[in-house]
Amino acid sequence: MGMTITEKILAAHSQRDRVSAGENVWIDVDVLMTHDVCGPPTFAIFKKEFGENARVWDPRKVVIIPDHYIFTSDAHANRNVEVLRQFVAEQDLPNYYDVGSPRYKGVCHIALPEEGWTRPGEVLFGTDSHTCTAGAFGQFATGVGNTDAAFILGTGQLWVKVPETMRFEIEGKIPPGVMAKDIILNIIGDISVDGAAYRTMEFAGSAVTAMTMEERMTLCNMVIEAGGKNGVIAADATTEAYVKARTDAPYTVYQNDPDARFHSVYRYRAEDLQPMVAKPHSPDNKCGIVEVRGTPVERAYIGSCTGGKFEDFWAAAQILKDHPVKVDTFIVPATTQVSNQLKETEIGGRSLWQIFEDSGARIGEPSCAACLGGPSDTFGRLNNTEVCVSTTNRNFPGRMGSKKSQVYLASPYTVAASAIRGVLSDPREVL
Amino acid sequence: MVSQKISGKVFVLGDDIDTDQIIPAQYLVYSLEKPGEKEIYGQKALSGVPAAQSGLPMGNVPLMAEGENHSEFAIIVAGKNFGCGSSREHAPAALQIAGIGAVVAPTFARIFYRNAVDGGFLLPAESRDHLVSRFATGEEATLDLGAGTLENHTRNEKHVIKPLGGVADIVAAGGIFQYARKTGKLRNANHA
Repeated sequence: MGMTITEKILAAHSQRDRVSAGENVWIDVDVLMTHDVCGPPTFAIFKKEFGENARVWDPRKVVIIPDHYIFTSDAHANRNVEVLRQFVAEQDLPNYYDVGSPRYKGVCHIALPEEGWTRPGEVLFGTDSHTCTAGAFGQFATGVGNTDAAFILGTGQLWVKVPETMRFEIEGKIPPGVMAKDIILNIIGDISVDGAAYRTMEFAGSAVTAMTMEERMTLCNMVIEAGGKNGVIAADATTEAYVKARTDAPYTVYQNDPDARFHSVYRYRAEDLQPMVAKPHSPDNKCGIVEVRGTPVERAYIGSCTGGKFEDFWAAAQILKDHPVKVDTFIVPATTQVSNQLKETEIGGRSLWQIFEDSGARIGEPSCAACLGGPSDTFGRLNNTEVCVSTTNRNFPGRMGSKKSQVYLASPYTVAASAIRGVLSDPREVL
Repeated sequence: MVSQKISGKVFVLGDDIDTDQIIPAQYLVYSLEKPGEKEIYGQKALSGVPAAQSGLPMGNVPLMAEGENHSEFAIIVAGKNFGCGSSREHAPAALQIAGIGAVVAPTFARIFYRNAVDGGFLLPAESRDHLVSRFATGEEATLDLGAGTLENHTRNEKHVIKPLGGVADIVAAGGIFQYARKTGKLRNANHA
């Protein structure tokens, strides 16, 4: 019996010829990422378990990217960044992207690929559930808690249960106005918020192969919203071009064996896809935009590891370039690189940054911002009964701040189209 | 060593309780170790659950009485996919700090389950059946993992709890560090 991509990566990292879904194995870790929320408790457990003077297993493999609560006056949040700095100094860690320094990046899941940390065939753990984003690069990438991260910091290893793979094949040409976000919202709606629990979600087919890396990242980012352990897309020429432009590190490309065993296979015709939303209060509460268009919204939000990449803003700008917004609209570039791209890239003689400002949208600093609520002074946070349409990844009660608010998840096209009309709107009518 | 038999009052929740409901993100700025901050996690545990769904079937029951540091409830009985959402270990930690010893649900979200087991915070027990309608908040129950049962003393009903399977040894040891030391995987002197 052959192996899946995920099984092959886990076998190679446990020094075995083969592993099978369901087994528990100890694997070697290539990269451990943490941030300002989970770094401090991880370091506390590391010191408690390995000793005050313990050293991390390999300083070159630890990546620390503060991104959650950065632009806030909250004293405890700022203290946590100070804890990161102290640990980095003590351990002499080279891969730290400090707040207020030229190295500051922003949202870790977008910074990781930008900085060359997402490499095919490797194992990446991060103290954040959306670490699964990096599966877009043919990497095994998943989120863990502080205790597991502390164990890795000391040993470079962790046990995992080898997951079964659910395969999603999307064939054909994606219609205009439809983005990867619509595809993943549709899939989550089909299989539900625990439909992929403990499993790998693999995305394949001609529509996926034709996608840019950023769109592939959107697919893999939200596998956690279906309960998935990791997402994966086989690395190809698109992947290798992206990775090679950012790192010289070696990597290994794995493909499924022809007789690899899958838990299930789902097939979609790209031509059938349409703009989707997830209604309050669950990412699997899906419907086509046509079913809810006209629903009033008070706020639009474009940002996060799901919907704050350059191409997400490029899409939004196709609509906002010609129309002012009718509701409070918040633009949060995921990283400083995305922010710079907004200033440097022009449509019709205006930068995307200028287009957004001209439309009346507000632009914030690169970080996670209001995607997960955060301290009360967080940019774009929902503090009351707001109805918001957002490119983020979760809309459980209170996710963006207030329990009384309502969040509709949608693509950047749909959010921009809704922003200019003040009601949920079908982007195909304005593109 | 984590106790595998827990008795006390039950707190009942519905399906898909996510980590933002277990501990809202605004509280994650606090330290999980420092006295004076750690307690906030217990006080705010489950504060993100909409009032009508908190303490079923009636709702409007907080896990923690105002001004208390320890909940009167010992066991959570919840619906499917408990702990979905973020990877924050603050979620099982907050429930433990509040005084919860076990969560019983037909299924758990993967990372919450791992965190509960590897951090030794509480017992995540999988029930064979969806039990939300078989319990009311405040009823007395005993979870016995060894016997594979959750007994509702108030109604005199017994429910089946599935065996722990592949993580049984880690649960028995009390967490990943204890397990790794016990099996010789970890040999450092600290806490050996």
